[in-house]
Amino acid sequence: MRRHHLFSLCLAILASSVAPAAVAGKTLDAVKQRGQILCGVSTGVAGFSAADAKGRWHGLDVDVCRALAAAVLGDADKVSFVPLNSQQRFTGLQSGQVDVLSRNTSWTLTRDASLGLSFTAITYFDGQGFMLPKKLKVTSAKQLKNAQVCVQSGTTSEKNLTDFSRANKLAIKPVVFESFEASFKAFFAGRCQAYSTDASGLASVRNKEAPNPNDYVILPELISKEPMGPAVRRGDDEWFAIVKWTVFALQEAEEMGLTQANVDSLKTSSDPAIQRMLGTGEDMGKLLGLDKLWAYRAIKAVGNYGEVFERNVGAQSAVKLPRGANRLWTQGGLIYAPPIR
Amino acid sequence: MLDFLSQPAGFDIGETGLLIYDASQPLWRALIVGLGNTLRVSLPALLLASLIGLLVALGRTSQSNLWRRLSTFYVDTVRNIPVLLQLLMWYFLLVEWLPDSNQALQLLPGIWLSKGGLAFPWPVNDPVSSEWVWSWPAQDTFNVLGGAAVTPEYLSLALTLSIYTGAFLAEVIRGGIEAVPASLMEAAETLGATRLQQIRLVLLPQAWRTIVPAATNQYLNLIKNSSLAVAVGYPDLVSVSNTSINQTGRAVECLLVMMAIYLSLSLTTAALMNWFNARQALKGQS
Repeated sequence: MRRHHLFSLCLAILASSVAPAAVAGKTLDAVKQRGQILCGVSTGVAGFSAADAKGRWHGLDVDVCRALAAAVLGDADKVSFVPLNSQQRFTGLQSGQVDVLSRNTSWTLTRDASLGLSFTAITYFDGQGFMLPKKLKVTSAKQLKNAQVCVQSGTTSEKNLTDFSRANKLAIKPVVFESFEASFKAFFAGRCQAYSTDASGLASVRNKEAPNPNDYVILPELISKEPMGPAVRRGDDEWFAIVKWTVFALQEAEEMGLTQANVDSLKTSSDPAIQRMLGTGEDMGKLLGLDKLWAYRAIKAVGNYGEVFERNVGAQSAVKLPRGANRLWTQGGLIYAPPIR
Repeated sequence: MLDFLSQPAGFDIGETGLLIYDASQPLWRALIVGLGNTLRVSLPALLLASLIGLLVALGRTSQSNLWRRLSTFYVDTVRNIPVLLQLLMWYFLLVEWLPDSNQALQLLPGIWLSKGGLAFPWPVNDPVSSEWVWSWPAQDTFNVLGGAAVTPEYLSLALTLSIYTGAFLAEVIRGGIEAVPASLMEAAETLGATRLQQIRLVLLPQAWRTIVPAATNQYLNLIKNSSLAVAVGYPDLVSVSNTSINQTGRAVECLLVMMAIYLSLSLTTAALMNWFNARQALKGQS
């Protein structure tokens, strides 16, 4: 009998730890009460989320959180950034350690359906690629037979690499590192013939970390689709909508030609679409549980999507990524925000 | 709750030792491979650490001033630097210094050393004649292929664990040797026992009783420290579990499985050591 009790106690503890943490109140209320958004970011991917020497965070994913703080709390600096590694990120979001996970995370069915979270919108269309030393003279990933490839654990890259290797009968040997830093350091030391992660990560590593970027070549072929964007905890539809529409507002702003510089002067515009965006006409914020000026503040804080892109990862930045698939749909890209009306 | 363990794993493991594994096998097979890798690095490291410990303990109790100083220096340095730092140092030294794996260095016929690891001949069962033949490694485009190989991750982990635990074991063994009263050895000498007989019949049987319980702790530490493998990309149990957590999202379940495995591993080691200790213990004193 006593043994039975002990057993059921263990089961109870287990059950309570496995069930998704119940969050007290709605995320929006919690955020307002705290006066701060807790934003889960990476431990350092240049251009997407990385802290500078002064400890201030920069990057495309970081700006999404800043825009969100501006929209919700009226101040882009009311964000606390929580660096999470690949393995901590989902539990961090599930357990309420962060309100939003804005951390180069690929949207996949498994993650969206089984991890207690929901992806909101896509802020960067990526794909997995390979980087190799130029001297190996490899031109296609299909030539990587029996090669050793450095990769970070806890990423979709690890699984894509296996799928690619199996589909093409390449017998690629993965060398799996826990930390991002160790994975590229081992590659630059020559431990692996190739390094594989998302193309954006490859560019970031090559331009910021390689001893000599010109010694390395990024193969043009991509072996997967990696749509990245912020995710929120499942079950809070209000917060889900706020995050989603803040991203859409930045993308819509680019399409409408609203920039950080001209939002103030356009406040007097008579275009109803611009009036809706900038809060001078129909109140859109109310429907999201925010005030009229939510989108205006977001754009004012970080600029439109195009500005965010160029500043952090574009041709003028250290990472130098081409705009590629991340151009607006009107310019042949994939960025398409539903209308704000 | 643990039904997800029978899903196909879907990820490759860089080195699998003697076990045969591919990504289409269920997750529990992947965990077994991880456990196999943990044992594959822990057991040789246990032996090597014991050997280092014994030699250094003899140095510490030696009559020679030089040996005593050298071994004291070794123990003091190694014990006081965090083991993770030592591991990263050995790992990055190895991968920096070794030649590229497309230009491996042939140390002896059939033994190749490179950034890809240490390759050596290994018997394989020929699929055609089903006879056991030696497979010899040879240089290929990117790598040395054939035979068997251990990676730089394996080498650095085994080396670090041996060197680190060796320093602790040296102190344990020295303590055991010094706990035997010198008068007993002198008494044995008076009775005409040779130096070897003194060690075998008087010193060791008594020193064991002090050494074994403390050495058990160090052995358990070594096995648990092998989980630092994730830092250098060696696919041990923790590394494979981490990957499983990410592919399945079942963090708590995977952690529980991992804890259960480490617990049984440690309890088995402790049980073996206790059995050995009981055999050495003074009869009638329990």
